[in-house]
Amino acid sequence: MAIYTEEEARKIMEKALSFSKADACEVNLDGSESGNIRYARNSVSTSGHRSNQTLVVQSNFGKKMGTATIDEFDDESLKRVVARSEELAKLSPENPEFMGPLGPQVYDKAINYVESTANITPEFRAEVANSSIEPAVSKDVTAAGFLDDSAGFSAMMNTKGLFAYNKSTNLEFTVTMRTNDGTGSGWVTRDFNDVTKFNATEASNTAIEKAVMSREAKAIEPGKYTVILEPSAGLGLLNGLGRSIGARSADEGRSFMSKDGGNKIGEKIVDERVKIWSDPLNSEVPSATWNGSGQPLKKTTWIENGIVKNLAYDRFWAAEKGVEPVPYPSNFIMAGGDASLEELIKSTKKGILVTRLWYIRSVDPQTLLYTGLTRDGTFYIENGAIKYPVKNFRFNESPIIMLNNLETLGKQVRVEGNLIPYMKIRDFTFTSLSDAV
Amino acid sequence: MKRRDFVQMSGLGAGALLIPSTMMGNNIAVEALLAPGMDVLVKKRMADVALNTATSMGATYADARIGRYLNQYVFTREDKVQNVVNTESFGIGIRVIVNGTWGFASTNNVSEDGIKKATIQAVNIAKANSKFQKEPVVLAPVSGQGEVSWKTPIQKDFKDVPVSEKVDLLLTANAAALDNGANFVNSALFMVNEQKYFASTDGSYIDQDVHRIWPTFGVTAVDQAAGKFKTRQAMSAPMGMGYEYMDGLDSEKLVGAAGLKLYRNSYDMIEDATIAAKQAKEMLSAKSVDPGKYDLVLEPNHLGLTIHESVGHPTELDRVLGYEANYAGTSFATIDKWKSKNFKYGSDIVNIVADKTQKGSLGAVGFDDEGVPCKQWDIIRNGVLVNYQAIRDQVKMIDQNESHGCCYAQSWNDVQFQRMPNISLEAGTDPYSVSQMIKDVEKGIYIAGRGSYSIDQQRYNFQFGGTVFYEIKNGEIVGMLNDVAYQSNTQEFWNACAKICDKDDYRLFGSFFDGKGQPSQVSAVSHGSSTTRFNGINVINTGRTV
Repeated sequence: MAIYTEEEARKIMEKALSFSKADACEVNLDGSESGNIRYARNSVSTSGHRSNQTLVVQSNFGKKMGTATIDEFDDESLKRVVARSEELAKLSPENPEFMGPLGPQVYDKAINYVESTANITPEFRAEVANSSIEPAVSKDVTAAGFLDDSAGFSAMMNTKGLFAYNKSTNLEFTVTMRTNDGTGSGWVTRDFNDVTKFNATEASNTAIEKAVMSREAKAIEPGKYTVILEPSAGLGLLNGLGRSIGARSADEGRSFMSKDGGNKIGEKIVDERVKIWSDPLNSEVPSATWNGSGQPLKKTTWIENGIVKNLAYDRFWAAEKGVEPVPYPSNFIMAGGDASLEELIKSTKKGILVTRLWYIRSVDPQTLLYTGLTRDGTFYIENGAIKYPVKNFRFNESPIIMLNNLETLGKQVRVEGNLIPYMKIRDFTFTSLSDAV
Repeated sequence: MKRRDFVQMSGLGAGALLIPSTMMGNNIAVEALLAPGMDVLVKKRMADVALNTATSMGATYADARIGRYLNQYVFTREDKVQNVVNTESFGIGIRVIVNGTWGFASTNNVSEDGIKKATIQAVNIAKANSKFQKEPVVLAPVSGQGEVSWKTPIQKDFKDVPVSEKVDLLLTANAAALDNGANFVNSALFMVNEQKYFASTDGSYIDQDVHRIWPTFGVTAVDQAAGKFKTRQAMSAPMGMGYEYMDGLDSEKLVGAAGLKLYRNSYDMIEDATIAAKQAKEMLSAKSVDPGKYDLVLEPNHLGLTIHESVGHPTELDRVLGYEANYAGTSFATIDKWKSKNFKYGSDIVNIVADKTQKGSLGAVGFDDEGVPCKQWDIIRNGVLVNYQAIRDQVKMIDQNESHGCCYAQSWNDVQFQRMPNISLEAGTDPYSVSQMIKDVEKGIYIAGRGSYSIDQQRYNFQFGGTVFYEIKNGEIVGMLNDVAYQSNTQEFWNACAKICDKDDYRLFGSFFDGKGQPSQVSAVSHGSSTTRFNGINVINTGRTV
């Protein structure tokens, strides 16, 4: 069993630290049990189970630091791994940016572990696959999907008195449904900490419906369109913004967030309705309440009223700049509105509904310009109703331009551990057509 | 944000470099890299435990892979060493066929007891999944190879080179860039040694020692006043070579258009960093491209990625058949097109070969990860699609009975599956140099180095950037360009292939961390070509004001 209780973890880590002869020593102990099933062509293709446990030991003499890892926790092994980290530290060049371990911290109690998810069985996974395959076969559609679930714990301790422990569970599911004539494709993604919130049949049927609806798409001219981005599509571009919240690269002049030898904190960069924050205790998207270096993770606002409120400062850069460190977040939550997808469609005179964006790559880090394509369900809307499926487009767009062109915010949905609203955006830039289904 | 599968090691240029966490193993002391590992006789005995256990439980086929994966990564920025990582991962993966169904399990407990337990788990998984199996596995025959071995032909093992020498080289390159006007430099050196032992119930016991290396950097110039920054990436290629790749031999240097220095089988990192700094500064004030149709002259270290995305992935048979539909997608290069024997993938001069044997390439091994001897075969001949990339359980689906030998797993704890071999464009047969090619272009753009890349899930529509762009007017390079990306359709693009330089310009591009599958696995693959011209390709301007 790779999941230790708080007391078991504490004992192992205390033992390891008792062997330390360095100026300071910090240990991280992690373990997880995970299972997956993969299917394609309406048949199960592979499935697997993994069990992992690792103790990482970091020792330092002054600013010389060494790290060693082990997966056996008897006294002899613990002694060996601590000694090895010390040898490595002595051999390492000095890292002037090494900040040393933190002292004791106070953490909120995390809410991201759900026992029922930890108890998922191989039979359950097979049933999930079957709840895609059976309806697919009956609708002349081919299913390909993947379910991955995990339960784990993380703990850390150091010679300065810090101790942290957290258990977590997670489940991720995606399925692609393709019509057997090859002209339609639909997809859904679902992820939860709590498996009881997961309905594989509902998810599979949604993907089937999209596949059937998207058959025989028409080509329309690329150009600027009003789009309704489903939360997964919106996240694809918001990720680009999320990756640019580092204060250091901003202050160094090599980020979208750079400005006049400093950064854009306090500057309005997007529509005033945009609010983005992170919160490890949000009940829909809970996460750990501390990160791998022992910093507490708290509710943090990144953008409010369209204005940059915070950037992430690691401990070194915070010290350089004389500010408090702001750790990178474990989730993003973007404020939404009341509108349902149906209502967003109803209020659209002419536009495109986008299920997801795919193969998103940075084109210009200066402007956060990204390219990619629509995929698995793209539909033309006219006078408040979906008229017909359209061929996929390539886009070239920046999340900054997108959030400045915001029309309406819809309801929030959990995607990949984040809460993202449906968004209606005007003048979204599609630059070419794709024949891909 | 989803970063679970990646470890953020260092910022390379503007974008952070994320290394798949599966590429990491346990941290070890640098000296431990030199430890010999398990004796081959013991490996054989341990592999036989798996094969015998599987057979006794009703498996009709079994293979065992005992792997020791040693990695050393060095990261620096400006005058600082950020991290030196030495890792080792050791264990065994066992794959079985029971009731016509695959089962797989792995363990890092390489003892008789641990191996038996994992084998039983693999058999049980196969039995459980056979309930839902609709297409029983049929393996193409391969003869037992007996006890054989293969080794990447290296001259200098990275494990024998002191870390201090590697750190010195990176810091010297960084200093060269800073001295020549760069504001920031991130550099990294990736070195990989796969020591893998394969045994199967077909009677093969194969011991292989595989080496790979990748030096790379991002050199950034900042214009604070204008609020602009530009990054020039390295012109190196990841290679299936030892540390001798870092020698920087003059004999392996080539001169590209616009005086670019390019590298074949030996890389001069200090020289490249020096030039990169000058070019990054030049990029800050280069002209923004006028969108429109251009003849593109694509340098091999750029074209390799275009080959990878637009020919490599679409001709993977598992994609074509739908096994990757839920992740990377399917392919436009469907079976009916291949069966027609006249599907014009490209113009008559386009000849694309798949290969697992080319010296210095990332894909070169003696045998693949299911014991099939490696070879070379045609994918496109005279512009026509003639074959795919397929492994033992796939070739029957294209009426063939010999595996192509391109099965791979990134580690002992991942199941092996079809992975891209080296996919390369043959050089032109008539003597033709890059300077001659430039002379023949009226309105064009010369593109060198890797850049942004994106392609749809069936591999029709793509958009590529590059590292550096130069405008060609009436047969001459007239200056550097910014904001260039080309958009095309795979079949149109390859049919617009007008001219290919000769073998003197031929060299390898590489992808060190190519991802595929769920759970995702990485593999390393090379793509060879000579500088090639494509006529009338659509170029867009990617400049924006925000």
